[in-house]
Amino acid sequence: MVSTTAEVVYQRPESFTDVHTHYCPGCTHGIAHRLIAEVIDEMGLREKTIGVAPVGCSVFAYKYFKMDFVEAPHGRAPAMATGIKRVLPENTVFTYQGDGDLASIGMAEIMHAAARGENITVIFINNAIYGMTGGQMAPTTLPGMKTTSSPFGRDVELTGHPIRMAEILAIMDGSGYIVRRSLHNAANIRKSKKAIRLAFEAQERGLGFSMVELLSSCPTNWKISVRDSMEFIADKMIPVFPLGDYKVSPSLEGLKV
Amino acid sequence: MAKELLKGNHAFAEAAIRAGVEAFYGYPITPSSEFLEYMSSRLPSLGRAFVQAESEVSAINMVYGAACAGKRAMTASSSPGISLMMEGISYIAGTEVPAVVVNVMRGGPGLGNIAPSQGDYYQMIKGGGHGDYFPIVLAPARVQEAIDSIELAFDLAEKYRSIVHVIVDGNMGQMMEPAELPPMKEISKEVPDWAVTGAKGREPNTLTSIYLAPEDEEVTNLRLLKRWKEIEKNEVLYQEYQLDDAEILVIGFGTAGRVASSAIREAREEGIKAGLLRPITLAPFPQERLIELTKQVRRILVVEMNSGMMLDDVMKIVKGQVPVEFYGRMGGMTPLPDEILDEIKRVAANKGPGSDDPRDEWIPRLEGRILGEK
Amino acid sequence: MPVSGWIVVDDFYCKGCELCIEACPEDVLELDMDRLTPKGYHPVKMIEETCTGCGICAIVCPDAAITVYREKPVKQARR
Ligand SMILES: Cc1ncc(C[n+]2csc(CCOP(=O)(O)OP(=O)(O)O)c2C)c(N)n1
Repeated sequence: MVSTTAEVVYQRPESFTDVHTHYCPGCTHGIAHRLIAEVIDEMGLREKTIGVAPVGCSVFAYKYFKMDFVEAPHGRAPAMATGIKRVLPENTVFTYQGDGDLASIGMAEIMHAAARGENITVIFINNAIYGMTGGQMAPTTLPGMKTTSSPFGRDVELTGHPIRMAEILAIMDGSGYIVRRSLHNAANIRKSKKAIRLAFEAQERGLGFSMVELLSSCPTNWKISVRDSMEFIADKMIPVFPLGDYKVSPSLEGLKV
Repeated sequence: MAKELLKGNHAFAEAAIRAGVEAFYGYPITPSSEFLEYMSSRLPSLGRAFVQAESEVSAINMVYGAACAGKRAMTASSSPGISLMMEGISYIAGTEVPAVVVNVMRGGPGLGNIAPSQGDYYQMIKGGGHGDYFPIVLAPARVQEAIDSIELAFDLAEKYRSIVHVIVDGNMGQMMEPAELPPMKEISKEVPDWAVTGAKGREPNTLTSIYLAPEDEEVTNLRLLKRWKEIEKNEVLYQEYQLDDAEILVIGFGTAGRVASSAIREAREEGIKAGLLRPITLAPFPQERLIELTKQVRRILVVEMNSGMMLDDVMKIVKGQVPVEFYGRMGGMTPLPDEILDEIKRVAANKGPGSDDPRDEWIPRLEGRILGEK
Repeated sequence: MPVSGWIVVDDFYCKGCELCIEACPEDVLELDMDRLTPKGYHPVKMIEETCTGCGICAIVCPDAAITVYREKPVKQARR
């Protein structure tokens, strides 16, 4: 007779605190948080990591990670991360930013951090909307998309076009790893985790600025169900924000993670 | 060490280096750019952090980051740049981390000009950024005093986990003056227990200025206020000149105070008993000393390179006990000793009751002088 | 015989968002309409014994609320 034991296939990452998050049900901020925590656990970085939380729905990110954290002014996380990394170059420093934070008010900070090749990792949550302030138009809002400040749908003639940050940051000479992934289903979440791993690997190897853009849901402000929000990412967002590797430093190629 | 002939901005920057600054982040602006340039040439070879940021907004947030990491961090800028930094300054104050900001003030508002001014008094002393907080403000008047102020600024910033402003004007930034630099200080290996350095073998540290519950924010505001009361008790600095028997009290800070002291010397030669109170800490203001002096002097003349900003603070303290008069130059104009001497003479002869707003009498006098100078 | 597995849902974290229910390849998950979490959500529960312990539910869970177990044969030590 064969006896059996219980093997743990998955459990809550160690880098998480025992705190219930304030995110709405089905919001993928939580998934992104979890993937970061898993990667940091796997790489054994928890005790040397310093996170930089943004202003946005993830303003309280520091409550959920069991690691040192600061909370930056709106959009300034890359500047704060620069300030920290330059005085603590041996530490792992990452920012976590939404699309309003990174691609609107913090556009200068993110571009120049990339241009300087700051050896930091940026996790960029693109949910095409301003979540925290109640669903206004973001720089990533899709053409025609209704928000509380584009109630008739985003008119690109009047309000401009969505900004594709991964593409923009990839052309900066200082960036070492720039990709876009999505969090709308298990297969894509797996790929997202791998990308986050590679971004932190890039930092550990001193390859310069690394950024993972994650297409994310905001069922509450999109005013649709959780299930529909995942479909929205797949059907509506990915065509505007194509997934892919926009820049991968040759030193990362072939790295098995 | 012997005295050397030092240029203001260079001397201040070297003083910061010797005081152990580990990170300087800045953005070019006249008349403070030499500060940044000097740092760019010195810090990298010392293995310390230097970044020319993309803006003052970014520079102050880099300072914020390094301060959170428990390092001595600073920036230097000038008025328009300081305006941009106010967001970060407020966050630094709200997070209760130490940082030093040097403002080499220039004429304003707006783009103004690059000439020396004291027009940022309100912005620097009253907070400038949003929310309830109390910056410490040092206003040295000589290169040597500024050198000493920089190290003091770091010490105070760390002692009170506070933002400390050192404000000078373009005169001082550009001035060549004999001064002595302190010896190079060894960088402290001590890491403050609140700093973010990686949670190795301890509970994680978080540094934030958000207190979502008003109850918590109020407790924080109260903590900052009580700390400020301690600072007011312990850290007041000022210089006195010829005050023992003074009947006319001149009050001025920075360059205006320095020019006033020359005028006072001349006034004394003409037999006028004038003396100077020059606050070195504008915040906290030498309030107690001023109250004492109101019992001694007959009249007060406030001299500034702005429209009478410190004047308001003086009036608040003097409470009408003694008539207060005002003389200011604005827009980047520096008063000459002769101008202040004229004012001292006029004030000494004036037996009038003094007006509710000394500016009312000053405006036509200034207009007359401007016409005369044309 | 397929490997058998099971999950434990931590009610403290679960927000009943149903992402795991959507994602489960074996359709063994459902909201428990008889229970409420401390935050007032109906938590997810296993309704069938056919769970394989694949872990997909945990991969899509935004709240790290699910622990996944799998049965693993133990080699008998030879006597
Ligand atoms: C200087 C400043 N301007 C505006 C705000 C208000 N504000 C808070 S969060 C936010 C937008 C956040 O949106 P995003 O970065 O997309 O993150 P999300 O909430 O969607 O995760 C804004 C405009 C602020 N806190 N500070």
